[in-house]
Amino acid sequence: MTKYIIRRLLLAIPVIFLMILATFVLVQSMPGGPFDAIGQRSMPEHMRILLEKRYGLDKPLYEQFFIYLGNLLQGDLGPMLRQPSQTVNDIVAQTFPVSIQLGLMSVMLGFMLGIPLGIIAALNHNNTIDYVTTFVAVISVSIPTLVLGPFLIYTFGVKLDLLPIAFWGADPPFLLGFLPPLNKKFFMHAAMPVFAMGTGMAAGITRLTRAGLLDVLSADYIRTARAKGLRERVVIVRHALKNSLIPVATIIGPLLAAAVTGSFITEQIFALNGMGRRFVESIGQREYFLQTSLVLIYGLLLIMGNILVDVLYAWLDPRIRYD
Amino acid sequence: MTTDKKLDKNKKAKNIGKSRSPMQDAMREFRRNKIAVGGMIFIIFVVLVAIFAPIFSPYHFAQQNLRNNRAKPMEGYDVVESYAAEKCHWYETPVEWGCTVFIAGSDALGRDLWSRIIYGTRVSLSIALAASTVSLVIGLIYGTVSGYSGGNVDNFMMRLVDFLYGIPLLPIIILMTVYFNAVSRQGSDSPFVNSLLSMNKSAGGLLFVFIAIGALNWLGMARLARGQVLSYKEKEFVEAARALGAGKGHVVFKHLIPNVLGPLLIAESMAIPGYIFLEAALSFIGLGVSPPTPSWGAMINEGYSGLRSNPHLVLFPGLALASLTLAFNFMGDGLRDAFDTRLRGRN
Repeated sequence: MTKYIIRRLLLAIPVIFLMILATFVLVQSMPGGPFDAIGQRSMPEHMRILLEKRYGLDKPLYEQFFIYLGNLLQGDLGPMLRQPSQTVNDIVAQTFPVSIQLGLMSVMLGFMLGIPLGIIAALNHNNTIDYVTTFVAVISVSIPTLVLGPFLIYTFGVKLDLLPIAFWGADPPFLLGFLPPLNKKFFMHAAMPVFAMGTGMAAGITRLTRAGLLDVLSADYIRTARAKGLRERVVIVRHALKNSLIPVATIIGPLLAAAVTGSFITEQIFALNGMGRRFVESIGQREYFLQTSLVLIYGLLLIMGNILVDVLYAWLDPRIRYD
Repeated sequence: MTTDKKLDKNKKAKNIGKSRSPMQDAMREFRRNKIAVGGMIFIIFVVLVAIFAPIFSPYHFAQQNLRNNRAKPMEGYDVVESYAAEKCHWYETPVEWGCTVFIAGSDALGRDLWSRIIYGTRVSLSIALAASTVSLVIGLIYGTVSGYSGGNVDNFMMRLVDFLYGIPLLPIIILMTVYFNAVSRQGSDSPFVNSLLSMNKSAGGLLFVFIAIGALNWLGMARLARGQVLSYKEKEFVEAARALGAGKGHVVFKHLIPNVLGPLLIAESMAIPGYIFLEAALSFIGLGVSPPTPSWGAMINEGYSGLRSNPHLVLFPGLALASLTLAFNFMGDGLRDAFDTRLRGRN
């Protein structure tokens, strides 16, 4: 297993290299540059040239790319071009924990709601409970964060005045870099964004768990287990559940992607200082290094997520061997 | 009466003898699913609304009426009340009559929200159609070629798909859209790029969104198509066709693709809500359609800043977006249940 993980990590290196290259070239070849304007006025030519020289933007593209790569290997993500008081490292240090907390909490909510609901629905197959659960699940899948977010804000933030409508409840530095303080303020602030992102995930997981468990429950070995006279609880928990979760594990990859996608919208709606919002804000600003570095971080998260899925597979289903 | 009953019985007896094709079986299964049929009817209704948008909407989607901006639903500020009460109805609201009543209110520029939502169906549906067509065609061709060729070609093509799966496509697509937008603002010398730009302009800024969403979503389709081709390639009927001297083209087009197409179409119908979400999301962050083309995502973005005082500006486009995706989800689920023989007989 360790060997397999190491091999996957080694295989990821060319992927990451090509990804950085593509993003770097794409970002740099956009018309316009970071130093086109100061405020409303256009930047004088000689100042632009000096600034470009200062950040090494006057060098040929391939040279810039290798300088950037070399800096990356030393953990330097590059300068911020429009906010010289900060570097990309600073920005990432502020925004990465927020995005990770938001994403992880949403995924956790998804699993904590989705798996039990899916099991309940499958055990009450073709009952009223089953129908209600699946119906609610389809509805929740169909409501995008884009709609659910403003709806939550209006109901719980504006009308009922229960929850804060914007901002994240904690600021860096965090314990171990990403562990949030578990106080009331944090959860009050996190409630709506996490719920807005997590319900869709929970609904998807509910549907998958239900389908997976139904599949497994009609298998022969479940009949055998029942015939042996095992209690129903043991049959479900020990024999059926683990196998039925294999298809659920497949969704972790897409879920991580959804957490990335969702963070672009959710962070925008709730004004959270996360990576997605920073990325969207930098769209019109030609922040070459910030954009490339954020794509790199998203790529690393995705690759790690995919490896995690494969490891989970092997744990859930011992028949799967990676050698 | 008795003869009628007899006829009925006869008919039934005849049907028993007849065998049904898998297609007929699936259609029967689908028709039995009331919710799925309801979803399909709603989608057909929305398609009709999109086609006949000018009939359903009292104003043009870009027509501004600045004295009546941010009107509440069923309201208009410059209406003389006694006059409006008598003469103005919800179905006749031309500005000239003094009956400026907005069914769903008006936005910050005084544009009728109802008309914009009606025209917004065009954007969402064209995304659903274009993105699914693009990803279906690319995925089908790529997957079929890969699966049918086998060997090294297959290996290489699938490694490429794996590679693209490992890349966070959404941020890159956002950057690509930004790139296209920047180029289109600047203009270009090459005639090819210029023709693309003018096409994009006439599509209301949607062309690049089509390309971006299509580029994001063909991967899954390609994998599915390849798997199907691999499983059908070795089946007896294909062997038989080959034994009878059928050429490669014949085998692929007459035997493989028809079999591959079904599961792909169902997968597409399940993926459509995702396309609609993605367009709304891109428009929400300001990268989708170019104004004043109405897109529900862009409308939510415009109304969002005034959520406290004018919630209807977000509520109505949001409801439209959610109900359309709900209908697509119901229909997609119904189609999957109807065509997946494995699931049949469970209920």
